[in-house]
Amino acid sequence: MLEVSGISKSFGGLKAVDGVSLDVQAGEIVALIGPNGAGKTTLFAALAGFHRPDAGRIVFDGRDIIGLPPHRICAAGMVRTFQITQPFAKITVRENIMVGAYLRIDDRSKARDRAEAVAAQVGMAAQLDRFGADLTVAGRKRLELARALATGPRLLLLDEVMAGLNPTEITEIVEVIRAIRASGVTILLIEHVMQAVTSLADRAYVLNQGRMIAEGTLAEIAGNPAVVEAYLGHGAAEVLRA
Amino acid sequence: MTRLAFLLALAFAAAITLPLVAPGYLVDVGMLVFFLAFIGQSWNISGGFAGQTSFGHAVFFGTGAYTSTILQITFGWNAWLAWPAAMLAGAIVGWIIAVLSFRAGLRGSYFALITLAFAEAFRILANSLSFTHAGLGMLIKADPRPANFQFKDPIWFYYLALALCIVSLLIAWQLTRGRLGSRLVAVRENEDAARALGIDVFAEKVKALSLAGAIAAAGGTFYAQKYLYIDPNIAFGVDKSIEMLLVTMVGGAGTIFGPLLGALALTGINEVTRTLASVVPAFKNVQPLSLIVYGVMLMLIVGRLPDGLARLFRRVDRHA
Repeated sequence: MLEVSGISKSFGGLKAVDGVSLDVQAGEIVALIGPNGAGKTTLFAALAGFHRPDAGRIVFDGRDIIGLPPHRICAAGMVRTFQITQPFAKITVRENIMVGAYLRIDDRSKARDRAEAVAAQVGMAAQLDRFGADLTVAGRKRLELARALATGPRLLLLDEVMAGLNPTEITEIVEVIRAIRASGVTILLIEHVMQAVTSLADRAYVLNQGRMIAEGTLAEIAGNPAVVEAYLGHGAAEVLRA
Repeated sequence: MTRLAFLLALAFAAAITLPLVAPGYLVDVGMLVFFLAFIGQSWNISGGFAGQTSFGHAVFFGTGAYTSTILQITFGWNAWLAWPAAMLAGAIVGWIIAVLSFRAGLRGSYFALITLAFAEAFRILANSLSFTHAGLGMLIKADPRPANFQFKDPIWFYYLALALCIVSLLIAWQLTRGRLGSRLVAVRENEDAARALGIDVFAEKVKALSLAGAIAAAGGTFYAQKYLYIDPNIAFGVDKSIEMLLVTMVGGAGTIFGPLLGALALTGINEVTRTLASVVPAFKNVQPLSLIVYGVMLMLIVGRLPDGLARLFRRVDRHA
């Protein structure tokens, strides 16, 4: 469904993403993990059209989408959420989600129905009349998810939708994401909460300092010395093995 | 809903009957309120809903006023026919300014300054070109017949302004309950999030400014027909831009009734202070008193009521 090959993106002298390749099959949940500053969010931004990569190819559903603006990529069926949540502050949750729903629905009452259905799906049914600005962290994360979902995507790019949530909230949102996959949406997610990654993801990619250093099932990755060192520091793999 | 509908029906009935019972002076004041509310709604669409603050909305107003006046005087068009042409011209100017500034990525205060620069450029051009009769201004020959968009009885301008105001309210109402309005608000609130949700931010801003341009231009023609005279300062002067901005900010940007409430408040203040200045000797030399009150009011609104007077009616508004 998504094939990325050799993507690079530099900011000034900094190579934020350096020759990264990955692929996502329809129906999968794939995780993208790595230490802070590894380039995960930059990669997402490039996939969603927010940054134009310096090199590489991005093929979504058999179509080269490099250079397309974000709204066209969204219309094609790939939608991102933001790690730093971006709620529309001065309108209600319902109206927030309707903005997403209006992508494929012209009629107001149908868009509203869709927004309410999506809100129920992510567990926000009770907060429909609250303003974007008044939500808690957990509420904002859910709203990001809901808005993206309302656009009717086939591939969701979720950027740390669990950061800052407490364990109960994480358990809840893991269930929500599982249900979204079951409804036929493919998911690529950036996540630091390993409990969630291991319970959700079929496969994972590990990004470190702009390069893809490992890929595979979660078990494979946990045993990969390069990954252990990326997280714990040089020599850590040796220490752990000893 | 029922309470709001009741209030609206009451206000409408009052507006309809006012000129039949009130003195001519009040009819003129009422006309001014509806006219200001109408051109204020133009600012509200681009500035209030779409969040693109403009300091130069007079550029659209003046374009409308000059287009219809030139078409009449120079080309002998009928004023009613010149009206839609003026609106089209306003929409085109809005489109051009939007494409130029938003392609260049101008936002916030930069966009505001560009619109001001456009209005000033148009004012200077109108002041120096021969086909606008330069600084002399343009005088429309008085021939008060309804077929000429001129009326002997000011009551008809009152009703026309009322109709325009209602149309502008309906447009704003449609914006609050449709896809276009939802997208404009999303653009205002957060451009990146809007983009990620499939909104062509550039295109939506261009739409907003074109629509605003057409509405303000319609107001320009109305003004020219009412007073039968325009000059570069009246048409493109910064006063008009400020008026449009002020009624909306005071009344409540991004709300349906904001411009109308603002127009009521500002016109009311204007009339009261003018009366005061002519009655109370101490105020005689304070000229014009209304500007001082405007200033104080604007500070109070920005500081205490940033969502404008409409905020006071929020509860009625919200559950409608």
